[in-house]
Amino acid sequence: MTTDGVADPHRPGIGARIGAAMPWLLVPLIAALGGLAMVVQAMPGPEETLAALLRTPDLWADRAAAALPAIAPSWITLTLAGLAMGMMIFLMASGLTLVFGLMDVINFGHGAFVSLGAFVAVSVLARFGGWTASTDLALNLAAIGLAALVAMAVAGTAGALFERVIVRPAGGSHLKQILVTVGGLIIAEQLIHVIWGPAEIYIDRPAALKGAIVFHGAALETYRLLAVAAGLTVFALLALVLRYTRIGLIVRAGVQDGEMVQALGYRLRGVCVAVFIAGSALAGLGGVLWALYQEVVTAQMGADLMVLVFITVIIGGLGSVTGCFLAALMIGLTQNYTAFVEPKLALVSTIAVLVLVLLWRPAGMLARQSGRMS
Amino acid sequence: MTRAGPVLLRLILLAVLVALAFAPVLFEGSRALDTAARLCVMIVLAASFDLLLGYAGIVSFAHTMFFGMGAYGVALASLHMGRGPEALLAGTAAGAAAAAVLALVIGLFSLRVRAIFFAMITLAVASAVAVLVSQLSTLTGGEDGLTYRIPRALTAAETYGTIPAFAVGPIAFDGLRISGKIANYYLVFGCALALFLVMLRLVASPFGRVLQAIRENDHRAEAVGYSVLRYRIGITVISAVIASFAGALYAIWLRYVGPDVTLSFDLMIDILLMVVIGGMGTLYGAVIGAVLLVLAQTYLRELMGPNLLESLPPAIADLPVLPELLNPDRWLLWLGVLFVLSVYFFPAGVVGRLRGRRA
Repeated sequence: MTTDGVADPHRPGIGARIGAAMPWLLVPLIAALGGLAMVVQAMPGPEETLAALLRTPDLWADRAAAALPAIAPSWITLTLAGLAMGMMIFLMASGLTLVFGLMDVINFGHGAFVSLGAFVAVSVLARFGGWTASTDLALNLAAIGLAALVAMAVAGTAGALFERVIVRPAGGSHLKQILVTVGGLIIAEQLIHVIWGPAEIYIDRPAALKGAIVFHGAALETYRLLAVAAGLTVFALLALVLRYTRIGLIVRAGVQDGEMVQALGYRLRGVCVAVFIAGSALAGLGGVLWALYQEVVTAQMGADLMVLVFITVIIGGLGSVTGCFLAALMIGLTQNYTAFVEPKLALVSTIAVLVLVLLWRPAGMLARQSGRMS
Repeated sequence: MTRAGPVLLRLILLAVLVALAFAPVLFEGSRALDTAARLCVMIVLAASFDLLLGYAGIVSFAHTMFFGMGAYGVALASLHMGRGPEALLAGTAAGAAAAAVLALVIGLFSLRVRAIFFAMITLAVASAVAVLVSQLSTLTGGEDGLTYRIPRALTAAETYGTIPAFAVGPIAFDGLRISGKIANYYLVFGCALALFLVMLRLVASPFGRVLQAIRENDHRAEAVGYSVLRYRIGITVISAVIASFAGALYAIWLRYVGPDVTLSFDLMIDILLMVVIGGMGTLYGAVIGAVLLVLAQTYLRELMGPNLLESLPPAIADLPVLPELLNPDRWLLWLGVLFVLSVYFFPAGVVGRLRGRRA
């Protein structure tokens, strides 16, 4: 509205503006809903059922006020856990969504890089046992940083190989792509068994990252803080590169309309390979962080995580890095709150989120509206 | 597509049919009969997956979920309704209905926008269901699964008669007690054969033809006037229902269901390997793939066993990685390689090779 009270015809209405901001609002909304669910669960007193309490609205305010301080520390802890998990899922999913946007390739073998990164990190950390056993935070971080670098290098190299041998011959057929990348996943898992043995490997988090910081009565695990910091850094770097560099410009243009970029004289093929390698390396990094989070690695961990990764990229909208970031946070938070309120429904709840988002936006939250649709 | 093609392929298929039809007589021991029954079930399961993958060009990772619905339907009905044929029928019907509804919902959600959503969403839903089944242990028995009793007429306790021992020239026959177990086998075999024939009829029908047209070029099929979405959802539901029937048969045979034998992702990979290696887009390919994979899984380990590793010359056995690559536990590695090569070089699989020019 302008000052003289005449509506500006070009200005979007309040509904459209809320719609545009909605993907960003959903993350805090889920955090609030999670807190609400926890409070409601904590409301009934001893020897009182939730159903009975729900029939007596007069009691609600008192009980909620009583439950709130008891539940707040758990809520803070769970929110951090959810954000940390979301950041790690984002690392694994970002490469997948970019590769799809740019190359129209859906890589079901993406999880192999997650597992590979984790196993390489285990080997590297075992070599530097002295650094991880020390209680000096700097030395611990150096060990993890080194492990992450090596893991990213190995996963990136494997990604280059995977792209050349498995993905490229499949051409543009989605059916072939899905089949051969699943085949590639089987082969990669078996090769990990060959190299590292068939058993799962347990690892210890470095000493200084084992504890927790207490904040207003809530325990904040140091490692989760580290994971959040790592995820935020990568997201910021990705956003900056995509927004402000020449290569980022070409990638964004390629996602929009690859043929046009090629017609303007850019060799998109090379950019695609580079993005595939970067995406694999990021998946490897996600694998390293996840391995240290769970403190155990298996060859199937990547394939298992792909379930959450796929849900994330669909919610976010295939091809959108920002959508992927927001969706990953939503999934991480939803998983953690549900795991607290009703553990059996953790995975089902993420599918419920997926269904709701698809009902609202059938192609995902931030999918590009034009371009190739199949 | 439904003609079997050249002589060798026909002979192989005939041999499989004869071997399965006379399995209790031809092969001794309960293990052989077990393998034959498993094979019947896997042929139906792989063929129903091929309806989706080969004929409609849709990749689903939820096929084992529908298989599991049929199996758990029979198991739960047998547990709660008591031991009797009506429990088996009710369980099968309930499992099939649940599979049809879920397939319809998933299809409506994911096929509406993009066909590739379907692959990802089925993967997500199937793993959520698998997790749910292993956690709702009061209902489903959790990781341990359920054991239950089937009608006495289908168990080894019942005897219907005996075939006396005889010898005709060099062929000697030891005699055989026709037990309820054998009746059970023929129930599985008969139902599997009937389902397979129904599928053969289906792919030769106008409906099957339209599906193949959609697979080849969905825009053109749409332009000609067929509702691509409706056909895709239709085949998804049909294939899910047939998979649930296969699951019900498996549950009747095994008298046990558990997440490992009905819902696991490993089983899903097995089905994928069967269809692709056997040959996509031909139901006979599913037969060949299922035979190859089931026989390999059952007997390959013994055949290769530790003997192969010991028989390696020491120069090779001392190399760091090679012995590990040849370990029988790593056979999935070579199947994976074979799988990728099949997709690239023999998209029509073993059947395509045997048919020669049709490949």
